[in-house]
Amino acid sequence: MDRVPVLKLGDILIVSIQIDLQDQSVLALQEDLADKVVATGARGVIIDITAVEIVDSFIGRMLATIAAISRMLDAETVVVGMRPAVAITLVELGLSLGGVRTALNLEKGVALLNHLEGSRIAAAVQ
Amino acid sequence: MGVTLSVPTDAGRRRIEELLQENEERVLKRWLEIAGSSSSSHVDRSSLAGQLRELYQALRQSLDGSGDSDLRGLLAELSRSRARQGFTPTETAVVVFGLKEALYESIETDGSPEALRGFIWFSQLIDDLGLLTMENYAAAREKVIIDQAEQLLELSTPVVKLWEGIVAVPLVGTLDSARTQVVMEKLLQTLVDTGSEHAVIDITGVPAVDTQVAQHLLKTVVAARLMGAECVISGIRPQIAHTIVTLGIEFGDIVTKASLADALAHALRESGVEFVSRKTRVAVRTEED
Amino acid sequence: MTTPAELPVNSNSDVVLVRQHVRTTAIDVGLSLVDQTKVVTAASELARNALVYAGGGQVRVEIVHNGIRKGLRLVFSDEGPGIPDIEQALTDGWTTGGGLGLGLSGSRRLVDEFDLKSAPGEGTLITVTKWAR
Repeated sequence: MDRVPVLKLGDILIVSIQIDLQDQSVLALQEDLADKVVATGARGVIIDITAVEIVDSFIGRMLATIAAISRMLDAETVVVGMRPAVAITLVELGLSLGGVRTALNLEKGVALLNHLEGSRIAAAVQ
Repeated sequence: MGVTLSVPTDAGRRRIEELLQENEERVLKRWLEIAGSSSSSHVDRSSLAGQLRELYQALRQSLDGSGDSDLRGLLAELSRSRARQGFTPTETAVVVFGLKEALYESIETDGSPEALRGFIWFSQLIDDLGLLTMENYAAAREKVIIDQAEQLLELSTPVVKLWEGIVAVPLVGTLDSARTQVVMEKLLQTLVDTGSEHAVIDITGVPAVDTQVAQHLLKTVVAARLMGAECVISGIRPQIAHTIVTLGIEFGDIVTKASLADALAHALRESGVEFVSRKTRVAVRTEED
Repeated sequence: MTTPAELPVNSNSDVVLVRQHVRTTAIDVGLSLVDQTKVVTAASELARNALVYAGGGQVRVEIVHNGIRKGLRLVFSDEGPGIPDIEQALTDGWTTGGGLGLGLSGSRRLVDEFDLKSAPGEGTLITVTKWAR
């Protein structure tokens, strides 16, 4: 089974999915990420799916679960780079990925996390 | 009938082939008469004669077993050229069927049971060829329609950039399901290619929407969100708003604006651009002086 | 790739192979990128269903014709427990396997034709077709 590598950049964890995902790889990634968030104290997780050709209900549920777990561990998750065909298919499938933040690409994903962190600090100051 | 049935098909077929060879000129002449009279007035006799002769040769070759593709090719060409000249497919098929009548006269003169038996076989063969011209005609028509539909789809999908990070699709004309889908796919792809986080779908030029089209619009907005971009729908006419509400389609929290200008202003505000009114023009002029 | 092809669905890696084969065939048929994605996603859902609910099965991938239109047909079959209430199984959100309940109902929306035959104890046969536009 292939494991998806988790990269750390500052206080953000970056996962770039480059393989055709098997269900076990998906579950392994879910565990790896939760462990890493706690170990590194990361404040954000970015999952790059630019290379992913399909997202079915299993992978969609994995994305939502990762976002929920990370939020519990005080990190925001952003899914970036979803292809138009994948997005259209997900809508048709009836999957909304509720609670998952999205951005067009990695750069905008990082900007979104920084923006969220900014408003978090602003809220703390008040 | 008992006589004809006792003759094997092979013998009948051989007799027909012989007759086709022996009476070539006579059959051709008669065929030309029949074909010429059945078609409308705008027929060019000499070119028709040439075409029929070619067909006749190809048919005989095909019976010899020395190649069937030539006959089919010629038939396809015949139905194409006649379709261009404005003949109906029926008129073209009748030309082919005319060969039966033309040959029948030679068979009557011959009068042998083999020839009569063979005529049934020959008649089926010609029927198939006639149907083939019909098929060719329909296929040619179908191709024209498909090409035109594709051209229309390409024509009608402009995605324009309004501002850095803001793109728009001005939809004009009647939206059917296929066209809406193509436009929407193109819009989403443009979002990725240009890194735009805001899109405006302007439907000012759309006279009416049905349930399916409204659903496609909605799905596009949701798909754009999944990708990390926001869509605004502008230019909804009163009748369309009425239709959407009557059909019970939920637009939910999707932003709608009256005009493209309002939608652009909204998108600019969302992307953090602020407007500051300058002093009046008069004041600007005095500064320049 | 040869068509029609019979592929087994007995493990998670088979699901990935089914997806890849369906993708290649969909390209051969001339489906648009979005339609390719839809039919591959449907294949993934149905293959996983066969695996989870019936412990495995197989799928036949074939190219079909309707006049001048070409299409891609997938036939999933398994000898599992079958589906007692098909209408219920096709409802959004209905699940007995702990999933989202979108596998069957969602797949149906992703294809042009969807046919489900099943009875308790007699396995399940699902035929889906996607036509090139």
